[in-house]
Amino acid sequence: MKEDTIYDVIILGAGAAGLAAGIYTSRAKLSTLILNEGTPGGQLVLTHEIANYPGVESTSGYQLGNIMKKQAKSFGCKIKSNLHITAVDLKSETKTVEVNGKDTYAAHTVILAPGGRPRMLNVPGEEEFKGKGISYCATCDGDFFQDKEIIVVGGGNSALEEAVSLTKYASKVTIVHQFDHFQGFEHAIRDARENEKIEFEMESMIQEFIGSENLEAARVKNMRTGEEKIINVEGTFIFIGYVPNTAFFKDVVELNEYGELLTDGRMKTNIPGVYGAGDSIKKPYRQVTTAVADGTIAALSAAEYVNEIKRKQKDLSEA
Amino acid sequence: MLQTNLKHIMTADEHQKFIEENDNVMICCGRMGPMCIPVYGIMEELEDDYTHVTFADMEFDNPEAAVIRNAPECRGFMGLPFTVYYKNGKLVKATSSIQSMDQVTAILNEQFGEPK
Repeated sequence: MKEDTIYDVIILGAGAAGLAAGIYTSRAKLSTLILNEGTPGGQLVLTHEIANYPGVESTSGYQLGNIMKKQAKSFGCKIKSNLHITAVDLKSETKTVEVNGKDTYAAHTVILAPGGRPRMLNVPGEEEFKGKGISYCATCDGDFFQDKEIIVVGGGNSALEEAVSLTKYASKVTIVHQFDHFQGFEHAIRDARENEKIEFEMESMIQEFIGSENLEAARVKNMRTGEEKIINVEGTFIFIGYVPNTAFFKDVVELNEYGELLTDGRMKTNIPGVYGAGDSIKKPYRQVTTAVADGTIAALSAAEYVNEIKRKQKDLSEA
Repeated sequence: MLQTNLKHIMTADEHQKFIEENDNVMICCGRMGPMCIPVYGIMEELEDDYTHVTFADMEFDNPEAAVIRNAPECRGFMGLPFTVYYKNGKLVKATSSIQSMDQVTAILNEQFGEPK
């Protein structure tokens, strides 16, 4: 089904960047539709406490995300969530987005704010034992592993800090990391190294998760020596960073080698009328505040583009 | 109490009444954590379409949630949320950890039928 409406702006993504853009464009009386593959709020709603958002003393990410959603809707922004984007045409003057293989929406401009998602290992058994030994959240699932042996995968701050935190429950934590050094801060590395419950398998990668009903072991390969070993564990926590949700835009809009959207200071991509914002663009810092700033700039740039189109259309009709 | 827009079940008695009074029920039992929140969001999204299903949440750390935590169908679960589905008062399906929209709708369609 193709909607007859041509929106002024379609925003792909309803995280902090997408919602901020939606607030600005809809408040500027531009007809705005946000199409979102996940839950509105994105990574923001997954943050337990936000204490450094200016003007807000302390709140949960969920509450802040909910308020942003309400604000956008109060200005007339439409939000459709938990859908699949199946096709896009961003290069035509009127841009189109197809969702769920059936519904097509059109707009003068598109803001790409698809955010990021936790990176998975993508090894055999990972999906099978999710929730039955494999987890991506120590706060959520740590207490299921009281007095059990577990693995933590990763070498950044999240992996190191969560490994230390998990020693409150687990009898032994083995950190499996693909490099010979960690990427985390010095204090996080020191805390992990000084913890007697933590052991290390450096330059190693998990090849497979093994078990019957629940996770029972992991097959780990040392990438330098090629040696493989089975580590008996009842749990594995995976913290190997985030990937931008831009795979769909490969060959559509310009990305760098990490899949990050390339934008200029006004959040313009290489396609006229298409803007990028939030965690999926190339930038050094990923915070709620930077996402909101990106969304604001993208919205104002998109508004300028739409107003220019409308002015030209008016001139033509009056000529 | 969980900070969602879903109906909150607070006690075991309320849970029992809820599954007896509604033919098709989906309850998500979790915390306000990154694995649980996406499932609450999916449920909120589906409430308008799946009018033949009644949705609710229950706080995992509430002692009364033992009625879900200790269900035989949840034995061996080691990831939040525990999501349980009841048909005519009987637990017909349970999942552990985060689920996608496709996974949830597949279960709803299989157990309770697609929305009209």
